Amino acid sequence: MSKFKKKKKGLPAISTASLPDIVFMLLFFFMVSTTMRETDLLLKKPVLPTASEVKKLEHKSLVSTIYVGKSKDARIAGDKIQVNDKIIDINDIPSFIFSERALRKEEEVKYMTTSIKADKEASVGTILDIKEQLRDINALKISFSTTRGSDLKSNY
Amino acid sequence: MARRENSEINAGSMADIAFLLLIFFLVTTTMDVDSGIARKLPEKSEDTPQVTIKEKNILDIVVNRNNALLVENEFVQVTDIKRLAMDFIDNGGGLSTPKADKPGEPCDYCNGAKDPASSDHPTKAIISLQSDRGTTYGMYVSIQNEVEAAYNELRNKLALKKYNRTYKDLLGEYKDNATESLKDKINFLKDSYPQIISEPEPIK
Repeated sequence: MSKFKKKKKGLPAISTASLPDIVFMLLFFFMVSTTMRETDLLLKKPVLPTASEVKKLEHKSLVSTIYVGKSKDARIAGDKIQVNDKIIDINDIPSFIFSERALRKEEEVKYMTTSIKADKEASVGTILDIKEQLRDINALKISFSTTRGSDLKSNY
Repeated sequence: MARRENSEINAGSMADIAFLLLIFFLVTTTMDVDSGIARKLPEKSEDTPQVTIKEKNILDIVVNRNNALLVENEFVQVTDIKRLAMDFIDNGGGLSTPKADKPGEPCDYCNGAKDPASSDHPTKAIISLQSDRGTTYGMYVSIQNEVEAAYNELRNKLALKKYNRTYKDLLGEYKDNATESLKDKINFLKDSYPQIISEPEPIK
């Protein structure tokens, strides 16, 4: 009997002990970066237009969003406006802005921005009406929400 | 009787649990940064003084409900707007608005054609965007974008000439560290090419 008996060769199993660690690391990353949707869209999800000269919206807490788009029900024509969780009339926009202002500190009010997320098929008349309402109550900073890109052809 | 050894808890399923959570957060995460074209609305005031503005200082952009564009009564494409707006703003064919203590002076940083039939000075050049209520929003944003691009490119050019860096670069640095000198530079560029965009009542 030989002392150097050949051992049966086989690949050792890869240790999976560190797998949970890796997964946990990823998990924490996504947990931290996640933001739950606060508003349920009652409209069809607006397809934002593309633009190249965009600015990032700073200070998310100071942004109030107005959605403009078509109703989910295909039988209802025309643009609908949604803020928070309800569809509103154009004339209710000032009261929405006032309620948003009431939630912020007084010195922050002048930095508040209104972001208009409108579908690219929406009509300009609706947007201009919103702008007029915002002008009436001195909410002058607005941002037309767009996706970044240089292909303007897809807009029209 | 033999005491039972405390056996280790099987951690094999830990990965499964973690994966489950991971997938949940992967799906719910939205990392969209909200970005868009920033605009400042004009303030509403009761007594707007009537000012007379020369026709040549206004670039008329009209868009109708079929998304067709007219610039200065000529049929153009959206992609032409940037060039037309730049030529118009940067023309510098006359004098700037006289201030309280000094008279108007010619534009010394303009590279335009100095055409007497186009705008006098960048600080006087007004872009008027007349839209129809039926124009689609995508078209409207495209036009706004092109006008914004024209202003940005002019400011960029001036910044490169004066400070050897782009306007965008200056803005980016200003965000990181806001110093007085940077602010002065940015304000100078903004004052040299101020954005004057007028939006008259839409066509019904």
